[in-house]
Amino acid sequence: MSVDDLLNLFLNRELLERYGPRLFDGLLVTGKLVAISFSLGMLLGLGLALGRLSGNRWVRGFTGVYVYFFRGSPLLAQLFLLYYGLGSFKHFWQDLGLWWFLRDAWYCTLLAFTLNTAAYQAEILRGALLAVPQGQREAAQALGLSRWTSFGKVILPQSLLIAIRPLGNELILMIKASAIASLVTVYDLMGVTKLAFSRSFDFQVYLWAAVLYLLIVEVLRRVLKRLEQSLSKHIG
Amino acid sequence: MPLSYSTPKDLSLSDLATQETVVHIDGLSKWYGNFQVLHGIDLSVKKGERIVLCGPSGSGKSTLIRCIGHLEVAEKGVIRTLGADLAKPCAARRRALQEVGMVFQNFNLFPHMSVLQNCTLAPMSVRGLSRQQAGDQARHYLNKVGVDNQADKYPSQLSGGQQQRVAIARALCMEPKVMLFDEPTSALDPEMVNEVLEVIVNLADTGMTLLCVTHEMGFARQVAERVLFLDAGRIIEDLPPAKFFTAPTSDRARAFLAQIRH
Repeated sequence: MSVDDLLNLFLNRELLERYGPRLFDGLLVTGKLVAISFSLGMLLGLGLALGRLSGNRWVRGFTGVYVYFFRGSPLLAQLFLLYYGLGSFKHFWQDLGLWWFLRDAWYCTLLAFTLNTAAYQAEILRGALLAVPQGQREAAQALGLSRWTSFGKVILPQSLLIAIRPLGNELILMIKASAIASLVTVYDLMGVTKLAFSRSFDFQVYLWAAVLYLLIVEVLRRVLKRLEQSLSKHIG
Repeated sequence: MPLSYSTPKDLSLSDLATQETVVHIDGLSKWYGNFQVLHGIDLSVKKGERIVLCGPSGSGKSTLIRCIGHLEVAEKGVIRTLGADLAKPCAARRRALQEVGMVFQNFNLFPHMSVLQNCTLAPMSVRGLSRQQAGDQARHYLNKVGVDNQADKYPSQLSGGQQQRVAIARALCMEPKVMLFDEPTSALDPEMVNEVLEVIVNLADTGMTLLCVTHEMGFARQVAERVLFLDAGRIIEDLPPAKFFTAPTSDRARAFLAQIRH
């Protein structure tokens, strides 16, 4: 085999021209999916974390059940339950005026991912909030700071620094788990790759997809490292 | 050990007679689970009084101070701080507690903020001062405690003594009427203890009402008007320092002094 042949095995020019742009579009779809669901999941997760730490037994119980369910079942199952499961009650949702949401694979996927990551982020944030020393809350209280100011200016910033590594982990896991979206007709990176393979029967498209995922994760890792460094400048 | 700071002037008897009561405690009892840490404490503190609380560990002195600052809630009894009943959550209580400052054993500075930001956060957020006003006030108090040249540093860049002085300045920026100190020098290296005690003595000179839990007996002798000796959740002695250190009335206090004197 010549060098050219070898190169063709992994980087066929014709294949690249035909499916390259589509793979890139898929990458953007993956990016959008993960960015939106992670951000919304963080907001929901913070609320759940506070709920888990609440003094009210019912709030603690309810949020506990939520976290237990969404962490304890596979993302795929959650997605299918949402898209195919809830989706089979078409008339019910039409009557409620929500059918436009549940019939769309994109919205369903977004919702399933958000609900799922919120559960994991809730536990991460809860741990981070608990890790902030109690003395900080006491000092804030002794100064007369309101509950909101104390939380927003003293506790939360410190807890986010503690949470940034596990949250980074969760983001990386989400990027890879997003491949599941391809199973409900969303054309993310994996979806496009599957399409390309089904047309060309050339395995190297999967290789490119893997490399692209690796690339995203590596870029993210570096960005997170920078972020962590800049946030922890104050630590001795 | 020779002390480098001066004795604050004592208040005359007539001054004491006309002063308001800033802290009034009646029959205070507190339990941690099944363990009773405070047994029916009665205490009255007048404005400008300087009180030192001492006693063996586990005697409840820190708990008592924390109850006064409403960091702990007692199950029985009444505490009135600056006229507000601490058991009743309301605006009056919130306002009263804003006038109580507290300094902790492990400083509890906010590590993610600079020294200046530590001192300006509460005045800006609670009292509504502008950034400029809060900054000026902060520098004034930082100057008073002797760390104004560290204003833009972060707590982790300061020594323990400096950090505690910043903590005192931070509490003073809220211009409290009562200052509570919970073992302010216990976590410091011996060389830094004096610099912090000096700050507290200077503060006492200004007429601030102080309640200080401490093991520094020399400091207590210099600053205190009343020494409260606690043991097992009860106030055993309540004497002026001259009397307490020379002729305490209880055996328990005598034993305590004998142990620390050697």
